[in-house]
Amino acid sequence: MADVLERVTKIIVDRLGVEESQVTLDASFKDDLGADSLDIVELVMELEDEFNMEISDEEAEKIVTVGDAVNYIKSHM
Amino acid sequence: MNLSLKGRTYVVMGVANKRSIAWGIARSLHAAGARLVFTYAGERFEKEVRSLVDTLEDERSLLLPCDVTKDEEIIQCFQQIKEQVGVIHGIAHCIAFANREDLSGEYMKVSREGFLLAHNISAYSLTAVAREAKELMTEGGSIVTLTYLGGERVVQNYNIMGVAKASLDASVKYLANDLGKYGIRVNAISAGPIRTLSAKGISDFNSILKQIEERAPLRRTTTQEEVGDTALFLFSDLSRGITGEIIHVDSGYHILGY
Repeated sequence: MADVLERVTKIIVDRLGVEESQVTLDASFKDDLGADSLDIVELVMELEDEFNMEISDEEAEKIVTVGDAVNYIKSHM
Repeated sequence: MNLSLKGRTYVVMGVANKRSIAWGIARSLHAAGARLVFTYAGERFEKEVRSLVDTLEDERSLLLPCDVTKDEEIIQCFQQIKEQVGVIHGIAHCIAFANREDLSGEYMKVSREGFLLAHNISAYSLTAVAREAKELMTEGGSIVTLTYLGGERVVQNYNIMGVAKASLDASVKYLANDLGKYGIRVNAISAGPIRTLSAKGISDFNSILKQIEERAPLRRTTTQEEVGDTALFLFSDLSRGITGEIIHVDSGYHILGY
């Protein structure tokens, strides 16, 4: 199984069309990676599929940075 | 009489990504041999829709922007379709929008602005599009839109979108009456909840899906393909006697009374 960060990074690069180097743990989806609200919903759905898990609306709202997403996934695997 | 749509052209409005119900419909129509015209809701969606359309490998496909909140853009869009395609045989109208804050909590908190926005995009657009499309449906045609049970009954959190869908359902009937004399049928598919981008905007959507799996007569959620194939039926001559109808493709969930 590939590293969680690697898999998350791949999804972010695909979805948001950003460079891999921009996807750092402290990068904010909205402020640094240019995601709008629809992008965020799409990202959450892609992550749910990739990691076969459910991310509730409340939890999704707390995910601001790439690191937040990675931590959430790691703690729910 | 069969399900082939060879030699026919359909306009699919509202593909956002691979999960879109509109995309399920497009695939069913493509498989039946139809030529497809796609419209998307502005630049934000263009790249995604284009890459999906490319997967169909049909060089006859056409891709056009159409912001349905603007009359002139709808007119322009159908003018372009007329020039590049000529006659069309149907429209798949898969368009809806409401502000996310209006899709949770109490319905009555909706603002006038939020109310009008939802109706503008989700209901009025069908009428505006039907009016323009009629001019290109000179051989008769079929218009199919997507509705939801939340327009007939209360579904928690669906709120303003339910009220807009009720308006859409009524529009289907009035349009069916107007357009019948031109050989154009107008119907709606009331799909069970499907995990789309739009659906995820509804608060606590995942728990709605779970309910369906447990309680719907078929004990499963609705798929894009099921809706696509029902749309194919509604676009084909097999459904030639049906207009002004709302067909539920929802694993039977709408019959439940408890």
